[in-house]
Amino acid sequence: MSVGSTPDKFQAANLDGAQTREDNYLLASSGVGSWLFTLDHKRIGVMYLVGILVSFFLGGIFALILRAELFTGTKLFLTEDQYNQMFTLHGAVMTFLFIIPSIPAALGNFVLPVMLGQKDVAFPRMNLGSFYLWVVGAIFFLCAIIFGGLDTGWTFYTPYSVTTSTRVILALLGVFVLGFSSIFTGLNFIVTINTMRPHGMTWFKMPLFLWSIYATSIIQLLATPVLGITGLLLIAERALHIGIFDPEMGGDPVLFQHFFWFYSHPAVYIMILPAMGIISELIAVFSRKHIFGYRFIAYSSIAIALLGFLVWGHHMFVSGQSQLAAVVFSGLTFSVSIPSAIKVFNWLATMYKGSISLATPMCYALAFIFLFTIGGLTGLFLGALATDIQLHDTYFVVAHFHYVMMGGTLVAFVGGLYYWWPKMFGVMYNENAGRLFCLIVFLGFNLTFFPQFIMGARGMPRRYARYVEEFQIYHQLSTLGAFLLGIGMVGAIGVLLYSLYRGKKAPANPWGANTLEWMCSSPPPLANFDNPPPVGDPYDYSNLRYDEREGGYVTVPGPAKKTSSH
Amino acid sequence: MNLLSNLPLLADADGGLFFGPANSTFAPMVDDLFDLIYWISAFFFVLIVGVMVYFVLKYYRRPGHGPQPSPTHNNTLEIAWSVLPSFLLVVFFVMGFTNYMSMRTPPDDAYEIHVQAKKWSWLFVYPNGAESSDLHIPVGRPVRFILESEDVLHNMFVPAFRTKMDCVPGRYNEIWVEAVNTTGSGINPDEHKPHDLFCAEYCGRDHSNMHAFVYVYETGDFDAWLEKAANLYEGRTMAEVGELLYKRKGCISCHSIDGTKKAGPSFKDSFGTAHKFTDGTEAVMDENYIRESIRDPRAKVVAGYQPVMPVFPSSRLSDKDITAIAEFIKSLK
Ligand code: HEM
Ligand SMILES: [Cu+2]
Repeated sequence: MSVGSTPDKFQAANLDGAQTREDNYLLASSGVGSWLFTLDHKRIGVMYLVGILVSFFLGGIFALILRAELFTGTKLFLTEDQYNQMFTLHGAVMTFLFIIPSIPAALGNFVLPVMLGQKDVAFPRMNLGSFYLWVVGAIFFLCAIIFGGLDTGWTFYTPYSVTTSTRVILALLGVFVLGFSSIFTGLNFIVTINTMRPHGMTWFKMPLFLWSIYATSIIQLLATPVLGITGLLLIAERALHIGIFDPEMGGDPVLFQHFFWFYSHPAVYIMILPAMGIISELIAVFSRKHIFGYRFIAYSSIAIALLGFLVWGHHMFVSGQSQLAAVVFSGLTFSVSIPSAIKVFNWLATMYKGSISLATPMCYALAFIFLFTIGGLTGLFLGALATDIQLHDTYFVVAHFHYVMMGGTLVAFVGGLYYWWPKMFGVMYNENAGRLFCLIVFLGFNLTFFPQFIMGARGMPRRYARYVEEFQIYHQLSTLGAFLLGIGMVGAIGVLLYSLYRGKKAPANPWGANTLEWMCSSPPPLANFDNPPPVGDPYDYSNLRYDEREGGYVTVPGPAKKTSSH
Repeated sequence: MNLLSNLPLLADADGGLFFGPANSTFAPMVDDLFDLIYWISAFFFVLIVGVMVYFVLKYYRRPGHGPQPSPTHNNTLEIAWSVLPSFLLVVFFVMGFTNYMSMRTPPDDAYEIHVQAKKWSWLFVYPNGAESSDLHIPVGRPVRFILESEDVLHNMFVPAFRTKMDCVPGRYNEIWVEAVNTTGSGINPDEHKPHDLFCAEYCGRDHSNMHAFVYVYETGDFDAWLEKAANLYEGRTMAEVGELLYKRKGCISCHSIDGTKKAGPSFKDSFGTAHKFTDGTEAVMDENYIRESIRDPRAKVVAGYQPVMPVFPSSRLSDKDITAIAEFIKSLK
């Protein structure tokens, strides 16, 4: 596209920074009601963002309390009961309230329609409905916490969950409602991507973030109902004493594990796939290089989504499932590592001969590659049967999933948040502060979780309030790391919040990206675009030039360069 | 890693950084596979991060420098880096699987020990009827464990043996192990440095205290220990037997003898004193009350506690055993 060819309102905003009140979704209308009843996907995304950050904060406080208690190995300030509740709530809040909805519901909601050059998602009312389901689910969780807590672990394993006196039913209702929220979001995104891609945006001209959201949505749609049904069965068992999972009543506790992991393993990919999508965008934009091997990255998202359904049994190698099952699941598990490895190699190849800028989002992307690689490689130890026997349910596993979920998903989420922040709120944050806290997060993270690999392999079981002295040194390093990490996270979010008051005004396209969301003003007008913007190769940066006066990138007229998209 | 292994704080002299000493026949196999995966992973990790850092330094955005043209895809390269690592994965899979099969297939002549897990203690039952709350096994002889649980899921985990298996209520699981070193000499526990045995499946309040020790003896010492363990009453006073039973039968997990409040009331200074119950009644703790509480724990529940104590039928505790326990509680005054 060229400046001259699109005489739209957004172009004016793009060049002068002039914006009228109606041009800005944040100011388009005011009052609490205008937010609570909005059908605008951007406002819904922002409301999700607030909710998710509050959940993260809550889960983080629980984590720090856990880590502080673990400093000595004997009782410091929590009883065993309190500790058990604390790790359960930490895990449950982080998983169900924070990490599963984080990227799709908050960032995805905001970005997806704009990336498609559209005004909104396919079903705006359903979108608002999903948000309120999330709120209701969160309220159930809070009620469970306030009225008696929960001490089953976020996995709700039977028969313990049938017999404990804590608030299992309330929490399961919460999970059930959250599941619907997740299903509706997935459905909405699938329909939106299928039917609302603008003219010229073929499947293989679609930004990789959308591919990853699409793959995620498929999992959300197919796997979440299993979780819902499992939850209902457990509720029925507790309330009506039907013997499904409890051997006392003729049930089978291992059956519960099959049901649970049939959802929860794919759920891991609900968490990580969108993160990989973000990283693909960030690496390309900040290297100013066309993404390498576009088709391989796109296909690998779909491959991960499908293979992800076949590996749940690797959580159950020591449950007493048959040896044949163990062997089959081990084999399938290894097959998922290939598509993940492909992505890492492609990201590196994208950086080759690029022009790499270490803006904060890119720093998070690099941290992601580092941490996710550790998370992924340590998965190999868990996929191999003989070594998993030793490592299962130890801190090695705790470290592994934190490297993947926190080092992977959370870091990508924060990177994505920094990346789209100027678009979302129309302000620039302070780069140096952003980078500094990224570094603190990175160091704190490794100090927290690396020692856990060692103590886990040496035999420290997870979910322990007390432990034998041998493990103390590792726990102490880990606790120190956790507080450093806590400072880093508070700082990272603080830098963004501070920019809302003091930040410079953001240009339309501060990073020089070529996906469509950067072609409307920052923040976007209520309707995003008056006319659908022209679609090109999302990773072709040759027509973008940095403009001093604008403080961002503008499109320059030039010979329309023909680039292939794969 | 080598450098770190030399730090006494971080690693035993005889284990690696990641693993403690290997004390079963299959432990070295597990450690070797671990090391293989570890070094190959370390290689790829250094490669990936190395290339990443190199590219950042080399192609760092400097004034006047833009991206240089380079291909946006290359099928040969991409297929190569998808397929070649798969060979390594197949190697890991096959090694993990063959080692696992040998870990899961006990020899026919293995010595058998029943493991009963319950909240929050272990009971090991030997072929001659002897019972213990810590695990005692002979060195150099395959031992097969038959695992069961009385209540919720538990998991028997002995890091020194590299083995672990769930105890599932309503079904039997099995594992086996052959220890390669004794933990000390003689049958006196003080002469031993036992291995840890942990519960590795979350099982409620005292999950992290569900810890036992593993003693590995010379064959002769094991037989002597077994003999002694079977004849509980020989050469012991009733109160001493009571104390053993208190530990073995798991009373210890819920009743302290030093006054601390656990899931059940402490036994300290309790014999002969009055107890208040949830239904408002009251009774003095005497032999009959102790007997009733063991055979029918829900009949009288002390105020302030949950009715969580399991029933002990006479197959678990004989009348004589109960007398011994009562003597023990009496002795705590
Ligand atoms: C400051 C950052 C964090 C720290 C220090 C931390 C620490 C911990 C600790 C100490 C445990 C208990 C381990 C055990 O007893 O087995 C735990 C468990 C867990 N954490 Fe985190 N965590 C952090 C962030 C996160 C994040 C961001 C997520 C998810 C996105 C997460 C998800 C979980 C889950 C699912 C569990 C398992 C809970 C369970 O065993 O039921 N954590 N974490
Ligand atoms: Cu247990």
